[in-house]
Amino acid sequence: MNAKRKDMIATVIIDLIVAIVVGILFFLLAYILIKGLPHVSWSFLTGATDSFDGSGGIGVQLFNSFYLLVLTMLISIPISLGAGIYLAEYAKDNWRTSLIRSAIEVLSSLPSVVVGLFGFLLFVVKFKIGFSVISGAIALTFFNLPLLTRNIEESLSAVPRSQREAGFSLGLSKWKTEVGIILPVALPGIVTGVVLSAGRVFGEAAALIYTAGQSAPVTNFADWNPMDAASPLNPFRPAETLAVHIWKMNTEGLASNAAALSAAASAVLIIAVLLFNLGARVLGSYLYRRVTASK
Amino acid sequence: MEQTNFQLKKQDTQSQEWSKRLHHATRATREDWIGRGISYLCIGVIILVVASMLWFITSKGIATFTQNHVSLWKFLSGTDWSPSQGKIGALPMIVGSFAVTFAAAIVATPFAVGTAIFMTEISPNKGRKFLQPVIELLVGIPSVVYGFIGLAVVVPFMRHLVGGSGFGIISATFVLFVMVLPTITSMTVDSLRAVPRYYKEASLALGATRWQTVSKVILRSATPGILTAVIFGMARAFGEALAVQMVIGNAAVMPKNLISAASTLTSQLTTGIGDTIDGTLPNNALWSLALILLLMSLFFNALVRVIAKRGQLKHER
Repeated sequence: MNAKRKDMIATVIIDLIVAIVVGILFFLLAYILIKGLPHVSWSFLTGATDSFDGSGGIGVQLFNSFYLLVLTMLISIPISLGAGIYLAEYAKDNWRTSLIRSAIEVLSSLPSVVVGLFGFLLFVVKFKIGFSVISGAIALTFFNLPLLTRNIEESLSAVPRSQREAGFSLGLSKWKTEVGIILPVALPGIVTGVVLSAGRVFGEAAALIYTAGQSAPVTNFADWNPMDAASPLNPFRPAETLAVHIWKMNTEGLASNAAALSAAASAVLIIAVLLFNLGARVLGSYLYRRVTASK
Repeated sequence: MEQTNFQLKKQDTQSQEWSKRLHHATRATREDWIGRGISYLCIGVIILVVASMLWFITSKGIATFTQNHVSLWKFLSGTDWSPSQGKIGALPMIVGSFAVTFAAAIVATPFAVGTAIFMTEISPNKGRKFLQPVIELLVGIPSVVYGFIGLAVVVPFMRHLVGGSGFGIISATFVLFVMVLPTITSMTVDSLRAVPRYYKEASLALGATRWQTVSKVILRSATPGILTAVIFGMARAFGEALAVQMVIGNAAVMPKNLISAASTLTSQLTTGIGDTIDGTLPNNALWSLALILLLMSLFFNALVRVIAKRGQLKHER
């Protein structure tokens, strides 16, 4: 067999591999959407779940997913912004910085179930807050922090050195330069990273089953006082999210139509994640155009 | 007299003013202190989280050995897992975890490397426009959805193909293969792109075919990067909980073959931790499983570093 023939065979094999990979993705998407979408209706999206067999709508779970997402982002964005600025601007190149970087790397490589168990140990067992929105949001923050921090640091470091020098030459402090000049330039990258991480947080379940809990008490959507027990905004109520709901329906669900319902819920979840991915691109490029005045 | 006094006073306040200005921090400096403080605080929070996570899980995980006096060797080599009767042999879960991890990595690596070669060498244009989004989409699909598809498609398929329940290591391998594929692919793409262009040009100029160039030059020099990618994929597979738990069958027995129900560290943790009482042996035993998971994650992390260092040395030489 000569070299040219080998080359041809290898190319064919690689083409085949690529076809299989693409085929897998299309099969996954098609399966979920074809099986799930026919069951998605307005009453499914807003309806309440039957607490006995898990059948019925996903209204509360959908709300919980978004509520947890918002809370998680409210906690994790400021912290990772500060940490990202530290790493991009203040950190010197010494052993302490490399220790900090390793710590962040370790946190990002920990399996999400371990992060969830730590949240469970801390909030449910030690602080006795119980399965609650706030425990879930903080567990998700732990899981989200390293990635967001790295993303922000990278976006900030990508801004040319000359921009910093321009700030210093105007007599601005390092902090003012960073917040007033560098951050706006880095914003498109940061926003893309934030929205992408929102997609990850939205679909995460392993970190939540023992922190936000596996039950979705029916809440009173007319009551928006966060202090009331029945209010959907109450941060101390258990909150099963959409992803946890899918898991639960498939492992302990008793509903006769569990497969159809989980397909529908998965379709909703996937569409949400796709929207996040798409949103990240669109928003990122829009902001880039706005901030840099380039086309 | 009065006037000079006044003048003196004025001078005095003026010099005081100057000395104040010269000796005290300017607004910019104060801003910088505050900013520095804020950013130190944020990084401090992250360090605290990491440290307390390591500390809590380690202290919980070793309680089995320090408080319940189970011997470490018995825990690691015992094959009988029935914590309520005081028997905690974790070997079935350890074997299960490693089996699915290695199997998934072995299946996924050729696919990932093939796709990466296609994206960088064969058709960079299609790669960027078409395959990049495909890979990103695969990364974005939540793990419960993978688990659900595994349960709805892979498990029945296996049942038809080989009989039995369909739950088991092979189903978990299938699901994990799809889950780690995008991770390994995108990192392999990065490492293939990092190969200097002149390596490839030199090889082609010598009359080598594309495949000869790819297999003998590009893959060779990208090996550390590809290894890192595979290890990242394995770390993901090892730590994946729900998708595996849904398809592996969750029987804490030594896996006899690839198609009988088995369990992994993560699946045992997910199913068990809610049913046990804090501080008892069954609960502590589960935390020990979590500790193994943590240590393995640290090990994968260290491995990546070692490979990165080796790769760097090679390039400098």
